[in-house]
Amino acid sequence: MAVLDILDLSVSYTTPRGDLKALRGVSLSVPQRRIVGIVGESGCGKSTLISAIIRLMAPNAQIRSGSIRLKGAEILELSEAQMRALRGAEISMVFQDPMQTHNPVLTVGRQMIDIQYRDKLSKTEKRKRAAGMLALVGIPDPEARLNQYPFEFSGGMRQRIAIAMALMAKPALLIADEPTTALDATLEVQIIKRLRELQEEVGCSILFISHHLGVIAELCDEVVVMYAGEVVESGSVRDVFHNPAHPYTRALLDCDPGHIKVRTRNLPTIPGNIPDLVHLPQGCIFAGRCDKRHDACAARPDMATVNPSHHAACHLIAVRETA
Amino acid sequence: MSTLLQIRDVRVRFRVRGGIFSSAGSIDAVSGVSLKIEEGTTCGIVGESGSGKTTLARAVAGLHHATSGSILYRGQELRDLPEAEFRKLRREIVMMFQDPIGSLSPRLSIKSLITEPFRIQGIKGRDLDAEAKRLLAMVGLPPEFAARYPYQISGGQARRVGVARALALDPKLLIADEPTAGLDVSIQGEMLNLLARLQDELGLAIMIITHNLSVVRHITDRVGIMYLGKLVEEGETETVFARPQHPYTLALLAANPEADPDAQLMRVELKGEPPSILRRPDGCEFHTRCPFVQPKCAAEVPAWEVSGEAAHRCHFPASWAQSEGRTA
Repeated sequence: MAVLDILDLSVSYTTPRGDLKALRGVSLSVPQRRIVGIVGESGCGKSTLISAIIRLMAPNAQIRSGSIRLKGAEILELSEAQMRALRGAEISMVFQDPMQTHNPVLTVGRQMIDIQYRDKLSKTEKRKRAAGMLALVGIPDPEARLNQYPFEFSGGMRQRIAIAMALMAKPALLIADEPTTALDATLEVQIIKRLRELQEEVGCSILFISHHLGVIAELCDEVVVMYAGEVVESGSVRDVFHNPAHPYTRALLDCDPGHIKVRTRNLPTIPGNIPDLVHLPQGCIFAGRCDKRHDACAARPDMATVNPSHHAACHLIAVRETA
Repeated sequence: MSTLLQIRDVRVRFRVRGGIFSSAGSIDAVSGVSLKIEEGTTCGIVGESGSGKTTLARAVAGLHHATSGSILYRGQELRDLPEAEFRKLRREIVMMFQDPIGSLSPRLSIKSLITEPFRIQGIKGRDLDAEAKRLLAMVGLPPEFAARYPYQISGGQARRVGVARALALDPKLLIADEPTAGLDVSIQGEMLNLLARLQDELGLAIMIITHNLSVVRHITDRVGIMYLGKLVEEGETETVFARPQHPYTLALLAANPEADPDAQLMRVELKGEPPSILRRPDGCEFHTRCPFVQPKCAAEVPAWEVSGEAAHRCHFPASWAQSEGRTA
């Protein structure tokens, strides 16, 4: 059974211009002990999706339809109190900016002890556990560093502390929202390697959000590609990156300058802009920017099967099958 | 081709106030950097946060005072140039700042923003409507944009406005601080293509500050890698990418994972975190993180070795090739 199952989720924001349909029929699944990456550009709905999972949504956001199941149990029906019991215990999260995740006026130790408020342990035991977690994420001399304040740590260390805190309660699902974007490249590599090791040690599943294709390729088992509020492709990282079935995925991979081995002064781009999510275009959401656009694209494509574990929402896949 | 900018041994020192446990002192954010930029070429400065790359750029643009060394622009010394004199030069040396929206005043229309340089420089007798139109067309934005305000445009469009404003007075040297940071990959390409096209059309020299090596590879002619305020490697971009000599360059190249799960990456994981420039390590300043460190590295400061079209600062250049039996 999958740890997280999202089925046909639609979320809208009420705006003066009308309903902004930020997520439309999103389905994805995070299997046990797997790392699933979500990749997509600004405006693809990554952040709305996460906030819907942990249900920390903007006041003008509404879940229109769909279901979110955690270990088989529907969580959209849970009360706020039940949700609160879930957050930090079953689902925890690492945010993008490590400089702003911690309380600046409390020591790291105090914060790490405080978040264990659910456990009936003595303070000494909780402190020992906190030190153990710091050691696990590779912070040297953890016992002494518990007495320090967040400002006494560098950005890379603070992100590792945030990961330690998120994993403290051994959650079933860790959501990491661009955890390395604010970090330098060499530190990014350290954090990714550490996340991989921790995932194996703690045995949790990870939903990893990033716009960096290289990081997804390096860390994740599976990848979900989102565009303008829809899932356009999903599958194993190998299938999707080696054999992209959706023109958007292909365009995204082509644009990655790290992908282009020959020096060029004319880098590939994706012409056009994402469509207005208040007044949605008819048919395929990517059609307006797609170089493979044809008559069939006037109708919205269903998720087609490339292979049993690789799917994409493009009319061309059905064509390829019959050809 | 002649040299447009020649930087020699530039040092930018900031005084730091002492705290309860530390005494007042000074830090060298840029600590003896030399490089030159030829007319019409692009030079990339690469480094991580705190490496001094932005400080160096600001020193060249006259926004920080260089403590020592020399910055020659077409033979004219810029260091210690009075502000009134420097202001005249700002027609030729322009800077594009990192935060695209934050660098545009929210209360000015796009037209006012991109024609502001004419007002600041007191250039009279220009048809500002026509200039705004010309500049918008140059960066690929429709003329209607002149009437818009910064909050009505996207991040990518704000960057284009930044380029238009920087190029209003037909400068010779454009300093671009992280021109693609925070942009999606598809828009990043547009931005870099735009800079390349404008360079070809206008004969601009560009100094580009970035931490993204794959960007540098495509757009620059020469590249300098900075660590703790010093260059650790500098040379022709092709040469540096093909045969990196300094282990830090190698680590940066390796730290840029490819979008291919089967890529046989040469993993060079650096130990620990960058040291504080308040306490610079002895010997080679990179030795505390270097995966190929040897006893000599902690004891002796490596010299700046120039060989052909590249130079580096390492006792054991390209040592990974020998020690691991691999090639980069």
